[in-house]
Amino acid sequence: MESAFIIEKSIFIVVIFAFTMIMAMYSTWAERKVAAFLQDRVGPNRAGWGGLLQPLADGMKLFAKEEFEPDTKNRFLFFVGPAIAMSTALMTSAVIPWGDKLHLFGRDIILQATDIDVSLLYIFGIVSVGVYGIMIGGWASNNKFSLMGAVRAASQMVSYEVAMGLSIIALLMMTGTLSLKEISAQQTGFHWNVFYQPLSFLIFLICAFAETNRTPFDLAECESELIGGYHTEYSSMKMGFYLFAEYANMFISSTIISILFFGGYNYPGMGWALEHWGVNVANSIGIAALFVKLCFFIFFFMWIRWTIPRFRYDQLMNLGWKILIPLGIANIIITGICILVFK
Amino acid sequence: MAPVLIIFYVLAAITLASAFLTIYSRNPIHSAIYLVICMVSIMGHYLLFNAQFLALVQLIVYAGAIMVLFLFTIMLMNLNKEDEVHKPRITRLGAITVLVLLSTVLLLLFRHSKPFFGDYAPIEGDFQSIKKLGTVLLDNKDGFMVPFEFTSVLLLVAMIGAVLLSKKEKQTK
Repeated sequence: MESAFIIEKSIFIVVIFAFTMIMAMYSTWAERKVAAFLQDRVGPNRAGWGGLLQPLADGMKLFAKEEFEPDTKNRFLFFVGPAIAMSTALMTSAVIPWGDKLHLFGRDIILQATDIDVSLLYIFGIVSVGVYGIMIGGWASNNKFSLMGAVRAASQMVSYEVAMGLSIIALLMMTGTLSLKEISAQQTGFHWNVFYQPLSFLIFLICAFAETNRTPFDLAECESELIGGYHTEYSSMKMGFYLFAEYANMFISSTIISILFFGGYNYPGMGWALEHWGVNVANSIGIAALFVKLCFFIFFFMWIRWTIPRFRYDQLMNLGWKILIPLGIANIIITGICILVFK
Repeated sequence: MAPVLIIFYVLAAITLASAFLTIYSRNPIHSAIYLVICMVSIMGHYLLFNAQFLALVQLIVYAGAIMVLFLFTIMLMNLNKEDEVHKPRITRLGAITVLVLLSTVLLLLFRHSKPFFGDYAPIEGDFQSIKKLGTVLLDNKDGFMVPFEFTSVLLLVAMIGAVLLSKKEKQTK
């Protein structure tokens, strides 16, 4: 392997890592601003202009807090829990195509850390491992309430993973590939998948809310009343890691929704821009287009949080198992029939 | 040594050690977590064969689904020393017999098995893409369509059976 390639990929990975971190950081700020806007308040406005330094101040506060540890026999697992949550949240960004390609220094730079053939499955695999962070954290806290909270959160995540997988199968039957790069490329020219698979999109969106433990599915961590597994015993930056991982997950799932259903880096008039303005400009606009789309979905996550009340736990399980899964299967059958009829 | 070989030895060591610790740890939760590590390291072995699809399915199915449910059950069970059921002597005898038989089988297996590197030669062609896998698995003529469907029916039967058994228990109580 040539060294230029390795350097290029290393720089790219570091940039993506920093970008994910910054996005997660400023999601916390945006969350408070959106909440304030929806509730007719001002929101954080002391640290920096418009409260822009608030996330940094929060981080400093978390670092400075006392590191409290419960009396547990599983100190190692107590450390591992937040580490799993954080690393799984960051690992998913490896296969996301942020743009088509750039032509810099006489090389074509593919805007994707790695293009594996089964990148969509990779994301599912990493997400399904992410449950361990919550479960191990809750169990290692050595506290019955934490354990119950962890089990509640984990059972929610496992249940909605099933429906999420089913919604994706219908999409895959149409695209015929698991590679996110090819799925993005297929949607060029406003052939966005959301127009062909609206039901699949709806199921995926609902499951994404449940997977990231956001309202209306935030029973796992309603912060004050129904305590989640890790909220009771974790403190300082370990707690911060869990909360941070949630925001990183939100960012990643917004990105995946935009790539799978809203054309990824494609935007109307991309072909024209490619012809007239060259590869670099057209694809830079593509990156910006993806950024705008994912920001909209992050906003959408917050919008829902401050609009809709949360479900009761039995309603949540009913929705997952008795509505979304049959809908997903029906969607697969309908898609199959349509493919047979129209092709 | 080739880098692949080094990776293989490290992975094999992790797999064996975690499998061993699964059996030997006193705490059932620790056992389950070691088993998760074992499953994930087996995923690494698949990746060494360049079988990406198989590796990720291993991760999703075993580490992501089955082991999560295992952990669930173990976490909710009361596994204190006092509540442990006393095992009758016949169980212990059975366990020893099974161990002896299993080790005989394994011994014979190892004597006749081929080394990992050496006799095997890579065949040209793309064997990791899902398109290839799909045609091999579900082709009508020279694929495994019928066995594949039978396996899924078998799994369905097992699933319905499990649901039925748990329902029945509730009614009699």
